[in-house]
Amino acid sequence: MCGSPSQTPTLPASVDLQKETVIYGVVTLNDEPVPSAYVRLLDSNGDFTGEVVTSATGDFRFFAAEGTWTLSVLHKDGTVRAEVTATGPGLVEVPLALQ
Amino acid sequence: MSRADALVSADWAEQNLNTPGLVFVEVDEDTAAYDTNHVPGAVKLDWKTDLQDPVRRDFVNKEQFEALLSAKGISNDDTVVLYGGNNNWFAAYAYWYFTLYGHEAVKLIDGGRKKWELDGKPLSSDAVTRDKTNYVAKDQDSSIRAFRDETIAAIGTKNLVDVRSPDEFSGKLLAPAHLPQEQSQRPGHIPTAINIPWAKAANEDGTFKSDEELLALYKNAGLDESKETIAYCRIGERSSHTWFALHELLGLGNVKNYDGSWTEYGSLVGVPIEVSA
Repeated sequence: MCGSPSQTPTLPASVDLQKETVIYGVVTLNDEPVPSAYVRLLDSNGDFTGEVVTSATGDFRFFAAEGTWTLSVLHKDGTVRAEVTATGPGLVEVPLALQ
Repeated sequence: MSRADALVSADWAEQNLNTPGLVFVEVDEDTAAYDTNHVPGAVKLDWKTDLQDPVRRDFVNKEQFEALLSAKGISNDDTVVLYGGNNNWFAAYAYWYFTLYGHEAVKLIDGGRKKWELDGKPLSSDAVTRDKTNYVAKDQDSSIRAFRDETIAAIGTKNLVDVRSPDEFSGKLLAPAHLPQEQSQRPGHIPTAINIPWAKAANEDGTFKSDEELLALYKNAGLDESKETIAYCRIGERSSHTWFALHELLGLGNVKNYDGSWTEYGSLVGVPIEVSA
C-alpha cells in the first residue's frame, strides 16, 4: 500500500501531547485535499462527540481520549467512515479518502 | 406552532431566495463562514456581539434589539428565515430570541448551512446591504424563558432536560473539548434532570428527525408530556435547538429555555448538584 508521508498537525503551543490524545488527518478525494468537509467524531456507543469542518488544506483534528472512536465524513462529493482506536496520549493520524 | 410553520427545507429556501418579504439571516458563533460565502442575499448576525449585552450577562434589551434589526434592514412584516453553522445551534438560538421579542413570522432552514452545502446549493461572497427599517419589538415573552429561581423550583416537579453530552452531564467535562471555555465553577447536572443530548434530535446532515422519532426519543428518555419543561445546556444555544424540537416541531405547551444554563447554575452558591459515574 502506498502511504502518503506522515504529516504532523499544527497544534496550539499549549497542547501537551504527553496528556492529550489528538485524532487528526486530511480528508481527500482522488488524492486531493477536500476543504469544507464535515467530520464528526462518534464515541464507542455511536453518540455524537464533536464535529469540525475541514480547513482549506483538508485538515481536521479532535482532542479525544483513549478508546475506540468512529469518524464520519459528509461532503457533497462523497462520504467516508472509519473506526480508530487510541491507546493513549499522543497523535493518532487517520487519513480519510472520500468515496 | 407546528413543523410546517417553523421549519423549511433547503429546497424551499432555494426556490424562495428572491421572494419579496423574506429575509434570510445567517447566525453563527464565528462569522468567518459568512464572510467567506453565504446564502445569496442573506444578512449576518453574530451570536455574541449582536445578541448579547456587551457588559451585563444578558441579552440586548428591547431598544437594542430594535436598533439591531432596523440597521440590518429587517421589518416587522418580514418573514425571517434563519440558518447557520454548528448544526443550526445558533440559528435555533436566534429563532428563540426573535420569538422572545415577538417577531411574527420566523422560520428555520432544516439542516442549516451544512445541509445547504451538502446539497451543493449556491453560495455568494457578495456584500449584502438592505435599506434601514424602523423595527418595533414587543416586550420579552416570559413564557419561553426560564430564570434560575424557576429552574431550582422545578427540581422534582417539572421536566428538566439537560441536552449536553453524556460526559458533561455526568460531570466528567465542563465544556465540549473543541469549544472556548465559558465554564462554571462545578461540574455535574441539576438533580432530577434527564440527559437527552441535542444531537439525538438531529440526523447527521443536520436536519431534524421526524416528529415520530422525536416523540419516541423524548418519551423513552422519561419526558412526561403532562408536565412543564425546562431545557438547558451550557450557555443556552444547544438547549434552544431542543426547545425548537419540543415547542415548535412537536407543539408541546409550556417549554422554556433556561439560557443561564450550566454556566450559571454550576456557579451558584448552595444549590443542589448531582454527579454520576
